[in-house]
Amino acid sequence: MSLLQNPLLYLILLPVVGAVLVMAGFDARRTSIAAAALNFLLSLYVACSTPLKAGFQWVSSVPVVPDLGLNFTLGADGLSVAMLVLATVVTLAAVCVARTPENHASWFYVSLLFISAGAIGAFASVDAFFFYMFHELALIPTFLLIGIWGSGNRQAAAWKITVYLAFGSFVLLIGIIGLYLSMPANSRTFDMGLIAEAARTGALTPSWIVYLLLFVGFGILVSLFPFHTWAPQAYASAPAPAAMLHAGVLKKFGLYGILRLVTPVFPAHIVEPLNNILLVLLVGNILYVGLVTIAQRKLDLMLGYSSVMHMGYIFLGILSWNSLGLTGAALMLVAHGLSIAALFALSGEIRERTGTLEFRDLGGLARVMPKFGLLFGFAAMASLGLPGFANFAGELMVFFGAFSSGHATLTSFFGFTNFQIATFVAVWGVVISAVYMLRAYRRVFFGPVPERWKSLPEITPVAKYCVIGLLLLLLIVGFYPQLLVNYVFQP
Amino acid sequence: MIVPYFLEGFVVILGIVLLMTDAFSKIDKNIVAWTAVVWLGLIFAATFFLAPLPEAWADSGFYVLDSYSLFFKRFLLLATILTLILSIDYGSVFLRYVPSAAPQAGLGEFFTLPVFACAGLMWMVSSADFIMIFVSLELVTISFYVLVASMRNNLSSLEAGVKYLILGALSTGFLVYGITWVFGLTNQTSLLKLADVLPLVQEGYHSAVLFGLGLIIVALGFKIAAVPFQFWVPDVYQGAPTPITAYLSVASKAAGFVVLLRVLGPFLEVPFFRDKIIGIFTILAAVTLILGNLAALPQSNLKRLLAYSSVAHAGYLLVGVASITGSALAADAIAFYLGGYLVMTFLSFFVLVNVSKVMGGDDIVNFNGLARRSPILAGAMLLSMLSLAGMPFTIGFFGKFFIFQSAMESRQYLLVVIGFVTVACGFYYYLKVVRAMYWQPAPEGSSPIVVTVSGKLLIGILSFAIIFFGIFPQPILNLLR
Repeated sequence: MSLLQNPLLYLILLPVVGAVLVMAGFDARRTSIAAAALNFLLSLYVACSTPLKAGFQWVSSVPVVPDLGLNFTLGADGLSVAMLVLATVVTLAAVCVARTPENHASWFYVSLLFISAGAIGAFASVDAFFFYMFHELALIPTFLLIGIWGSGNRQAAAWKITVYLAFGSFVLLIGIIGLYLSMPANSRTFDMGLIAEAARTGALTPSWIVYLLLFVGFGILVSLFPFHTWAPQAYASAPAPAAMLHAGVLKKFGLYGILRLVTPVFPAHIVEPLNNILLVLLVGNILYVGLVTIAQRKLDLMLGYSSVMHMGYIFLGILSWNSLGLTGAALMLVAHGLSIAALFALSGEIRERTGTLEFRDLGGLARVMPKFGLLFGFAAMASLGLPGFANFAGELMVFFGAFSSGHATLTSFFGFTNFQIATFVAVWGVVISAVYMLRAYRRVFFGPVPERWKSLPEITPVAKYCVIGLLLLLLIVGFYPQLLVNYVFQP
Repeated sequence: MIVPYFLEGFVVILGIVLLMTDAFSKIDKNIVAWTAVVWLGLIFAATFFLAPLPEAWADSGFYVLDSYSLFFKRFLLLATILTLILSIDYGSVFLRYVPSAAPQAGLGEFFTLPVFACAGLMWMVSSADFIMIFVSLELVTISFYVLVASMRNNLSSLEAGVKYLILGALSTGFLVYGITWVFGLTNQTSLLKLADVLPLVQEGYHSAVLFGLGLIIVALGFKIAAVPFQFWVPDVYQGAPTPITAYLSVASKAAGFVVLLRVLGPFLEVPFFRDKIIGIFTILAAVTLILGNLAALPQSNLKRLLAYSSVAHAGYLLVGVASITGSALAADAIAFYLGGYLVMTFLSFFVLVNVSKVMGGDDIVNFNGLARRSPILAGAMLLSMLSLAGMPFTIGFFGKFFIFQSAMESRQYLLVVIGFVTVACGFYYYLKVVRAMYWQPAPEGSSPIVVTVSGKLLIGILSFAIIFFGIFPQPILNLLR
């Protein structure tokens, strides 16, 4: 397929064109919404017309450095299509709920659109090199969004996320180069499909160092414990749309990358010796970060930590290395993206109204704005994995997948494998999420109403419909997970 | 078709004619500068119509013309053109610091000396003989002595001049002494012939040859600003007139690297020397990366920041040098990196000249709120800073990518791990400038900064180059084939 006829190219270019128009002086908000809406429709078209389980579709390739086998290759299979739809949905919601700031309004929307373009570009790339490049595109807009329009300790948060992620991406880049160099000299390529193919045929012989580099690189980007400290503070300080895009879409880049570049490539004899360490880390994600989440006194920080915590489940699914766990992880990618976006949108709305997200300053908001409370309740339930929402389906598959994984080797304990032990521990995470979510819900929405919040306005129609849209998607997938599983199934 | 060595001849003649015109006629000095720009542009075009080198020259073993040296001849012509354009912009600032018997006094030399330096640099990248290297290096260095100290009423410019003079003389001493040792042991000054003789050197004399080579590396280390020979860099870069700082950091460094690779070539053929050399450069690269990047972190003056960043970039380039035997890509990676460095450095210095002209200072604080006052300058600075930091979709990223790919290929894992930290450091100090421009409010009562049409054009061309070659690097790589 020629590049110019490829809808994926236009998926990437639409936000960029929108950004250019905004910079050229068009009305920032309307142009951005139009670009995001068009992009959403286009992604739906792509989703409906992509044949499933047939490898990469819509492939078009332009050589960039032929000597190095470096091509700009677009393409999408079921998983990437699911991520693309997630990206465009969250972008549309984020741009819609955004409050136009007073200073540099056009830069605000330009930054949002660039984050979106970066994420979409990453998910639409088949070439590992451009996959990486597109992700980095989002780094500077995030820096500007948090630094200029953030709240709280925005400067520290902006520096931390930017330098930390720059470090992580560089580790990742070296990992990708390492993977590339593990192939025989005459057939080196960055094409993710060909890399997986080479691993199947045995032409690719990666070392465990490459595995570690990739896992640490991706791990930093996904806030794997103990590399998670950049995330909560950044999400707490970021303006709501930026937090939605980053936590909802961009952070999924790392996990998506693992599903593309790590799981299909590395053989068991490299993966297994390191499994125990990684299991400890992800249990750290679930238990340690979960307990830290309970201790939070601010809604935005709590949401930031909870999003870090949920990454633990997805990691567990990925590490299980079997079809059930991987599919569950992929399902959770989408589900978590939608639910955290809804939560950040709502917490941003609260901050707009009250100027504070401290639990001790809030209370009884459900009595003042009942619809708001209802929606927040739904989003909170979705996030903690109530049956009926997509998150539940994902978590269930992850737990089943993980429990059935692992060998009863010397590392086993009372006949249980390392994975079964990790699953025992991880299941308690569900309880922890219930504790912090319900506590937060009670502190913010129930109890006596402080005098100064008595006249808060009800949720705006735009925000209402955005959140309802996100929740509807979660419910649809929750009641009929097969719809999404068809797309994200990992053989 | 043009005989290759006429290129340097043209540049020298151009310099002499301009100097005479400047001395004996009363025309506007800016016309002198623009004439130089146009003629250098024509000479640049002429590099695409070169005849092969005459047999006699090719055999003589002191002048080489391969695609690598041709690439750098073009590179240096371009750098000189950009320096002159920058100097024209800088003219008003320059005149403030020059005692003036006549209007525009001193400006003529300020515009013509870079042309002579350019001739020297072009000889340098083609020279394959120690004597040639020495002579051309002196032509360059002496032109720079004058240029650096040319703002005679500015104390820091004079200070920079003295420091550069003393350390330049010192490095010349090292170079000559090193050449003497190598000549004494091999009876050769030509690098091409040295390649035949070196394997025959008896084992007992190996360390003596290595000592001579070490002295030469020290001398070149001064030119490329490698740690521990970098201590002149911050003061000289900060004190010198801004266009000369840019010229020094791009052209002088690039030519230094080409000479370094040329000199190392014959030594790398011998296994004994190869292991030692790679070891030396691994250490040099490691300390240069660490010190350059860490020292850049706390800087608050942009010129000083760029000085340390120039040391840091020398570190990345040295990673390429340390990988030169293990990876076929390394030499191209160094050339590509320098090409990118040219574009992004000149873009940042162009913005710096324009801002400091209005603000009267080079501190990062002077950039506060630039996004409000001039979105174009701020955007250009943003792009060049991101490119220097190595952000994808800019030319700087491909430079780092090629360098680290060759480092991985030749198993320089220590340098790669140091690179993890230094790249993150780089993001911090380059984004400090971005923060000033976009986060901070503009100072009270500040007015928009106007950029001339030609300035906008230059910004447009350089920005386009940064992005275009950041996506399609192949055209530059083709020039190296």
